[in-house]
Amino acid sequence: MKAVVTVMLKQGVLDPQGEAVKSALGSMGFEGVDGVRQGKVIELDLADGTTEAQVNEMCEKLLANTVIESYRVEMGA
Amino acid sequence: MKAAVLQFPGSNCDRDMVAGFQLAGLETSKVWHKETALPAGIDVVGVPGGFSYGDYLRCGAIAAQSPIMRAVAEYAEGGGHVLGVCNGFQVLCETRLLPGVLMRNAGLKFVCRAEPLTVVTTNSPFTQAYSAGQEIAIPIAHHDGNYQIDDAGLAALRAEDRIAFTYRDNPNGARADIAGVLSANRRVLGMMPHPERAVEETQGGAEGAPLFAGLAGALVAA
Repeated sequence: MKAVVTVMLKQGVLDPQGEAVKSALGSMGFEGVDGVRQGKVIELDLADGTTEAQVNEMCEKLLANTVIESYRVEMGA
Repeated sequence: MKAAVLQFPGSNCDRDMVAGFQLAGLETSKVWHKETALPAGIDVVGVPGGFSYGDYLRCGAIAAQSPIMRAVAEYAEGGGHVLGVCNGFQVLCETRLLPGVLMRNAGLKFVCRAEPLTVVTTNSPFTQAYSAGQEIAIPIAHHDGNYQIDDAGLAALRAEDRIAFTYRDNPNGARADIAGVLSANRRVLGMMPHPERAVEETQGGAEGAPLFAGLAGALVAA
């Protein structure tokens, strides 16, 4: 089974990389990009029976730094 | 007096930190990250700069989960002295031995130069050999040195006099110009600038030497 973890900076935490991407899009002529937030997607191949609670624990202990990052877990088939 | 300097895959300031401790008279050994215990009888642990585990996931995140860091956390929680520099500071934040987090520099550039710092508190083993408000030039070399902490955390650092150093000309966007912070018991210091790169005049300046000398003096007195 698979799980997909999305890690993003929390709202209110300045994202310098996102700001740089936004600025680059603007300078390329793409108009109307009001905000860019950059995060990461982590795909996990898991043994059958792994629970969402276990994946949440992985996020809390390693995959996200919850001081500044939030995470979302999607359990797949 | 004895020091142990950790070595992770990707550490690159470990030899400089060993030299810094040795110049201050400490017998210093290196400890590989897979070790599960620190050498017996040590007085201070150094967590050096570099790019442990290639900075994968987040700077310091993988190193923070290494076997030796569990031993370092126990050592620190038992009142041991720990100095974390640059990547070592990031590792100490990731293990939550120090509060806050180091983010990408606000200017997005890797910054490498001697930077003027202000010594904010002399109330620690690491800073006692300086005078309060003293300005010192210490090299920085980092891409992720933008120290961030929430309002409550910052208020606590200030109330408890735990900000060790601030930047005069903030090079990375760090909140409140913070360059280095102390633990609540004042025995763990994390800082982005590299004092071990300023311990002999041949390095272009020796204003980091009092940090090691002061620490050695405090350990002898302890």
